[in-house]
Amino acid sequence: MSRDLPVNLEINGAAVALEVPLTETLLATLRERLQLTGAKRGCNQGVCGACTVTLDGVAVRACLSLTLNCEGQKVATIEGVAADPLIEALQQAFVDGGALQCGFCTPGQLIAARALLSQNSDPSVEEVQQGLSGNLCRCTGYRKIIDAVLSAARSMRK
Amino acid sequence: MSDPVRAIGSSPPRLEAGDKAIGRAQYVDDIQRPGMLYAALLTSPHAHARILGYRLDAARAIAGVKAIVTGADLSGSRSGGIIKDESMVARGKVRYVGEIVAAVAASDPQTASRAATAIELDYEPLDAVLTIDEALAPGAPVLHEESASYVKAIQGGGHGNVVFETTVAEGDVERAFAQCDVIVENTWQTQAQHNAYLEPGGCVADVDASGRITLYASCQSVHHVQQRVAEELGEPMARIRAIAMRVGGGFGGKHASNIHSIAAWLARAARRPVKLVLSRMQDFEIQRSRHPARIWMKTGARRDGMILARDVRITLDGGAYADESPPVLAFALLMSRGPYRIANVRARGQAVYTNKLRAGSFRGFGNPQASFAGESQIDELASRLGINPVELRLANAMRPNDTAFGGQPVASCVLRECIARVRDAQREAPPLAPRNGRRRGVGFAVMSHISGLMGTAATVQLRTDGSIALSTGCVDIGQGSDTAMVQICADALSVPIERVSYAPQDSDASPYNWKTAGSRSTYMTGRAVAVASLEMRDRMLAHAADMMECAVVDLELRPGGVVGLKGVPKTVGFREIAMRSLFHSGGPIVVTHGFVFDGTGFDPKRASIHQLAFANLGVYTFGAQCVEVDVDEGTGQVEVRRAWCAHDVGRAINPVSCEGQIQGGFVQGMGYALVEAMKWNAEGWLITATLADYKVPGVLDCPPEIHPIILEDPDPTHPVGAKGIGEPSLVGAAPAIANAICNATGARLRTLPMTPERVLNAMDSRS
Ligand code: FES
Ligand code: FES
Repeated sequence: MSRDLPVNLEINGAAVALEVPLTETLLATLRERLQLTGAKRGCNQGVCGACTVTLDGVAVRACLSLTLNCEGQKVATIEGVAADPLIEALQQAFVDGGALQCGFCTPGQLIAARALLSQNSDPSVEEVQQGLSGNLCRCTGYRKIIDAVLSAARSMRK
Repeated sequence: MSDPVRAIGSSPPRLEAGDKAIGRAQYVDDIQRPGMLYAALLTSPHAHARILGYRLDAARAIAGVKAIVTGADLSGSRSGGIIKDESMVARGKVRYVGEIVAAVAASDPQTASRAATAIELDYEPLDAVLTIDEALAPGAPVLHEESASYVKAIQGGGHGNVVFETTVAEGDVERAFAQCDVIVENTWQTQAQHNAYLEPGGCVADVDASGRITLYASCQSVHHVQQRVAEELGEPMARIRAIAMRVGGGFGGKHASNIHSIAAWLARAARRPVKLVLSRMQDFEIQRSRHPARIWMKTGARRDGMILARDVRITLDGGAYADESPPVLAFALLMSRGPYRIANVRARGQAVYTNKLRAGSFRGFGNPQASFAGESQIDELASRLGINPVELRLANAMRPNDTAFGGQPVASCVLRECIARVRDAQREAPPLAPRNGRRRGVGFAVMSHISGLMGTAATVQLRTDGSIALSTGCVDIGQGSDTAMVQICADALSVPIERVSYAPQDSDASPYNWKTAGSRSTYMTGRAVAVASLEMRDRMLAHAADMMECAVVDLELRPGGVVGLKGVPKTVGFREIAMRSLFHSGGPIVVTHGFVFDGTGFDPKRASIHQLAFANLGVYTFGAQCVEVDVDEGTGQVEVRRAWCAHDVGRAINPVSCEGQIQGGFVQGMGYALVEAMKWNAEGWLITATLADYKVPGVLDCPPEIHPIILEDPDPTHPVGAKGIGEPSLVGAAPAIANAICNATGARLRTLPMTPERVLNAMDSRS
């Protein structure tokens, strides 16, 4: 069994000091250690995007990131971005536009969409598709997700 | 506050949407309990083998291991669906690679996995059958030698590797074919498609001081989980409680999993809560798939386009256990006529055991396979007759008051309108610019489906302040039924939806519901909600009449929870009625309405039905789909550019949710048509057990335009007219795309998925 090693992170704005095994993923740290269960485990293999969080503002798959490699970085999860106007606009657009069904992909879609819109406030349909291309959804057929992201972008530009 | 008079037909956001959007919605894997153990599974490396013995000492010796279960611990008869041939862990034999042979509960996930791999089994490998042909070959190894001893709610099958066989027929096909001018005949092959809900299956089992077990499950019916777990554990159902968590998609695949029983068994043995959540790979290997099928079909018509006869043989590859094979087969046969007036039809079917993952229910339930063949064949027939395929469909389409295959009368049918709507929408859409190296094609498909079967119930209660407490057993697996039920109730009582609370599903409290399956929730449970709510309204009106000293006929419900005297401003509120009933006279107002599907059944005078796996079903819905595709001449890549999907929903309770069902179903159908396929190697190992190897459509594959067209032809047996829309949207995609590919290239694809390689081959072999 691997020994636990110390790591310092900023998670949702709060400094967190932990000791975790070498092999522990950021997703396991968030979900199991810190009970931040908003990021979902859809595949644990880096394919589905349900575990998407941001590391220093960049959308990453928490199931592929080792916690010890995140030393000193800022982690934002769906629970922690609550007061951000961009995520609020996206959440509102998803809720109003029927862009979520079972909801299991939703936190990941929202975090990925937020990362996209913070780089590009006026994306085309193709750019939204590119920005969300790492996030699977089995329920919606994606049209309403794309429309919700475009509508959130519009409302932010107003 | 929503406008109460418009609770139906408006699209308030889903009740739980906010929680889902902030990450607060609770799914099984989000549960933590004090002292909770983690389960790990050991699965079979053999496609077919006899289990000779278990060596558990090494696993038992690992610190932190609290309970182990293997097939040696099980006794009594087997469990399962209508043919009881399964057990929660393998007993005596293993019949597919990935079948669970042992489970361990330990203090943490790593210890549990280490212990599971420390369990050793002695096997005697047996020859395996991996295809329909191998299973049916003379002298083939038999999967279930003891089949005669199984408890079966249905006969038909049980010899060799045949799970079930049956026939449905109307008229005289042989005679009718003799009168046909044109006859087409071909064979189609379809693949195993995985449900691939984004949340892998799982549950948490907890146990109280008395040993009573509570299961928190990702499931499609708490009542089904309760019944199955009680059966497997040999406990009365009163000792098992099942609670539904938020479910991250199901599509049929979470209707009856062994893992609930395993977690419950381990929790009972360890006297501790146990979490069992499948990895993605395990979910692929041990849950379910859509049945691979081989379909032979022959259809004949007169020169004028009147279709006279159809003959069908469907063989389903059921995998290692019967599960839903008998009903899927029966439903595929019933759907194989298509929504057409064909007087002479014979549909014969067989489902067979093979040494692979059990196939089970998946959105469409046999209809996608039957419709892929049937709707492709209509286009081939049209081309042989020299008639436009849309016109051929219109000419033969079912109309109101026709009968379904099986003889049930169908009062409401807007198929011809659906066809015309997609045809016109496509014609009127501005044409897309042609693209170099791509051929453009247009294809159509039509379908019917059902939305009524089995039993359900709903309870409404009036609370002291006039609020309404609604409760049903209908688990929302993502399709939006919670919100639809509340809308139906609020509409019947003319209150805003905020005045109606909705209980989560709990087998201790929820009125019985069969399952979230068969597109039945809005028709079945929605009807129970509407009837119970209207009965509550009548009870309240009776109170109000006493209170206002008038006759009930002089009263009316007014928006916002008040009863008024017609033509006069005088009112009493629901609150006053509640207080009166609770503290003065009448007692609490609690109304339950339950029923079992009561439509006109099959007609034995019209149809000869050998046997079906269900007593009755109905409430037929109809739809038509049109797609435009581009086929890359060099690579064979097919791209769906636009789709129009017209579906009758009876009455759109929540139009945005209806659109979501149509778009989501269509994209799953597109995955089925073009990319998705589970594949096994020669040893029976699933080689597509990750989402990287098993592709589902992503946002880049999704057509830029999918236009839902909602038609509303109210069902007369439902107080608000609703029918189902969960499944039909998936059904048309594969045949519409196949027909569009043929329209673009002249190549006819008869095997799913229609991969670039198959498209190129078909283009090369055009005669
Ligand atoms: S759980 Fe991380 S990508 Fe699927
Ligand atoms: S809403 Fe279910 S996976 Fe996207």
